[in-house]
Amino acid sequence: MDIDWGWIGEHTDTLTEHALIHLRLALLPVLFGLVISLPVGMLCRRWAWLYPPALTVSNIFYAIPSLALFMVFIQYTGLTASTVMIPLTLYSLSVLVPNVVDGLASVSDPVRQAATAMGFGPLRRLLQVELPIAVPIVIAGTRVAAVSSISLVAVGQLIGQGGLGYDIIRGYQLQFQTQIVAATVLIVLLALVTDAILVTVQRLLTPWARARMTS
Amino acid sequence: MNELWNQIDLFWTWLTTSSQWHGGDGIPHRLLQHVYYSGVALVCAAVIGLALGLLVGHTGRGGFLAISLANVARAVPTFGLVLIVVVIEYSITPVLVALVALAVPPILVNTFEGIRGVDADAKDAASGMGMTGWGVLWRVELPMALPLILLGMRTSAIQVVATATIAAYPGFGGLGRYIIDGLARNDYQLVVGGTVLVVLLALIVQAAFAALRRLLLSPGLLGSARSS
Repeated sequence: MDIDWGWIGEHTDTLTEHALIHLRLALLPVLFGLVISLPVGMLCRRWAWLYPPALTVSNIFYAIPSLALFMVFIQYTGLTASTVMIPLTLYSLSVLVPNVVDGLASVSDPVRQAATAMGFGPLRRLLQVELPIAVPIVIAGTRVAAVSSISLVAVGQLIGQGGLGYDIIRGYQLQFQTQIVAATVLIVLLALVTDAILVTVQRLLTPWARARMTS
Repeated sequence: MNELWNQIDLFWTWLTTSSQWHGGDGIPHRLLQHVYYSGVALVCAAVIGLALGLLVGHTGRGGFLAISLANVARAVPTFGLVLIVVVIEYSITPVLVALVALAVPPILVNTFEGIRGVDADAKDAASGMGMTGWGVLWRVELPMALPLILLGMRTSAIQVVATATIAAYPGFGGLGRYIIDGLARNDYQLVVGGTVLVVLLALIVQAAFAALRRLLLSPGLLGSARSS
């Protein structure tokens, strides 16, 4: 494999710019996904019959190729960033909703009863006991969603949304290996750094879980 | 709602046009290509993921390394990988390599977690009854980890079926051909047609795994395991 280091040196600026666009396109959907899946997960916990249909819907989205989902959304949103971000939000939901539900379900009954016994109402119990205990599992889902979202955004270039996918496709059209390799490696790095940041966030949010997680 | 009916109508006219059913551009040929790519990738991934997951889960060593590797593999954009390797050597192998890379992590992680999660008392009881390491692995750990392992394989299979559409971009056919062609010619009917076929294929995969679960899982475990 021949890497043209000179080209990479000359194009650091554009590559950085594309990486930033890439990150924005990939991570905003995960953020939206989190905002949506938290209440949905809580509702599924409250009314258990909601969970199987929610799971089926999210599984179906999972089965639609990203490219096709982008195409479907072109009909509604045109060639805009939303055309990439709405499908990615749907993908992230298919990971996040089950994890929120599992996370809330991982709170043991004695803990729940203790909270009630201390006079916590349902809302306060949810916010101060159940959600904090669910954090590690929710963040585990967020990590998977973020990493796959970062790698999926590359396909968004097929409908002209830029990011590092631009360099992958441009490099393919020019049969110029360096550009494809540089963009792919950058995407991997972005994903790994994001993952590491989320691990740190999880540690900071759940100091009490640290002993248990490392054992 | 009207919009949705239009799409169903579009799909149906496309599907029932007889010219769609013959030759190298026909649905049967493209479908077979798609199933072939996905199948080969999935079998390779299952062999790699299962072997590594069983080894790491059983010995309890290298778990951190296995999970980290799986994470890195998940981070590699399949699209970039396909195109890099296709630029170096134009053949279907790179596409398969990329699909395998995509499919290994869920299988590996679930196998590892499944084996690791097997109750220590059950394992002790098995070795107490005189089972060897292999015996414990095959007759206790594997059957008990099976629900999670099958779940991982199903996730992989669905992802691979959905992602194999990418094979069409460098020109290897499969159902993605319809989506890419539809995009190039602004022919919405083709896009909808290709997408619906991929989704149907994924639903069949899902049903197949549900059946497999019933067939393979020991009856004693059916009640307790998660049903998703």
